[in-house]
Amino acid sequence: MALENEKFNEDKINEIDVNELDCRDTLTFWEKFGNIFRSKSIWMLHYCTGCGAMELPPTMTSRFDMERIGMAPMATPRQADVLLITGYLSVKTLRRIIYTYEQMQNPKYVVGFGSCTLNGGVYYDSYAVISRLDYYLPVDLYIAGCMPRPEAVMSGFKKLMNMIKKGEALGWKRYQKYYDWYKKNQVRALGEVYVKDEFHE
Amino acid sequence: MSTFLTATGLVLLAFFWQITLSGIQRKVTARIHRRVGSPWYQNFIDLFKTWSKSSISHGFIYDFGVLMALGGTIATLIFIPAGHIVVFDKLDNFFVITYLLAVGSLGMAMSAVGSGNPWASIGVMRALTQMLAYEIPYIMAVFAIIYANKTASIHAIALAQQGMGILGWNMFRMPLGVIVGFISLMGMLGKKPYDAPIAPAEIASGPLVEYGGKHLGMLMLQHEFATFVEVGLFVNLFLGGGTLLAFLIKYFIVYILATMIASVVARFKIDQLVVFYYKVPLALAFIQTAIVIFTGLG
Ligand code: SF4
Repeated sequence: MALENEKFNEDKINEIDVNELDCRDTLTFWEKFGNIFRSKSIWMLHYCTGCGAMELPPTMTSRFDMERIGMAPMATPRQADVLLITGYLSVKTLRRIIYTYEQMQNPKYVVGFGSCTLNGGVYYDSYAVISRLDYYLPVDLYIAGCMPRPEAVMSGFKKLMNMIKKGEALGWKRYQKYYDWYKKNQVRALGEVYVKDEFHE
Repeated sequence: MSTFLTATGLVLLAFFWQITLSGIQRKVTARIHRRVGSPWYQNFIDLFKTWSKSSISHGFIYDFGVLMALGGTIATLIFIPAGHIVVFDKLDNFFVITYLLAVGSLGMAMSAVGSGNPWASIGVMRALTQMLAYEIPYIMAVFAIIYANKTASIHAIALAQQGMGILGWNMFRMPLGVIVGFISLMGMLGKKPYDAPIAPAEIASGPLVEYGGKHLGMLMLQHEFATFVEVGLFVNLFLGGGTLLAFLIKYFIVYILATMIASVVARFKIDQLVVFYYKVPLALAFIQTAIVIFTGLG
């Protein structure tokens, strides 16, 4: 038993406070200029495996109409700017999320919906569900709630826009700088992570 | 030198006018859906944002195709007379424009296939099938106009319709032809009943599937310029061009009408679309051409 515990400890995630990580570069003029446009036009890719996806249709359509703040749904990861993770992530879907995230073009942002991405929510002790998303991907913004109502989603997006404009949404830089740490956690959860490329082999 | 300046002016006009209209078109669609909709300058922001992102390459063909599409479309654009801005007087032949427009589409098809994504191949195949479908009725209707005017120069055709007031427009001289032209225009623009090639929820936006960042921005710009060419051609052929202001007003009405129709209809499957184009518009175009050739009306 003791041995097992030790082994488990060896395997443990090296806890660091990701928000303390320093990745603030000085922004050049062009980056500041670009951030104005980036904050006003956000194309999103919604990865709807969790229950939070239910709240997205009212947010997108006539009732709350997210197009009026410049957001639009996009069809593929290459075109999108923000990845919405709408709820719990099983280990199986985490792999797909990582592939998807790595296909997106810089600068890219991740928004986690609901308590499941935050700390596991009601699935905190499940064997099949990961409980903290920011061990695996750099999350820029969490929207709390189980599930967050459209009002909360809209105000969350507004907040994301402000962060982008001020140059504070730097998750993608964090992912590049601390890639080893993220990769280690991913490998720990999945066993292996590789991007399969069937067309250019 | 003055040709060069006029051409630059025309391209700039097309850029600002068509991208503003795209924003207005989003607004109109939103109002029809009872939403507020994005501001009219949203498409400028979208374009500049895509240019500020990073992008990846899938090889030489992929990069080259994008440039070829954008360059080919800008080259086509210069031949379109917009009101009295005519860059190449007497050279703006209908057939030149048709051939040059194909350079843009083929560049895009080449680049999309170069990305190696199967959705892109499906999208390109659908786009080419759709081109085959709308082009035959359209060419047939335009032949009637060319036969009646004995010239294929767009500017000459536009001038020939002026003078007799509104009744001189080909729209009233050839009412069947304008219906065919408009249905084909919807297909060219890829508006809603005919948007099978880019169906976002079905084949993940088809040819555009692998594009991100700057490449996507260039292809969006190419699409806007191609829209200017297609609508501008329709206005010159059927609505009699006119002064620059009249041209822009007619352009606005045609484009917004197409948008309004597009925002309330559902999508055709690609096989239904081909059957439809070869039935109704083709028959109408045949009747129109026969009337023009055998009775001399129009
Ligand atoms: S936070 Fe609640 S609503 Fe969201 S995925 Fe978890 S259980 Fe479902």
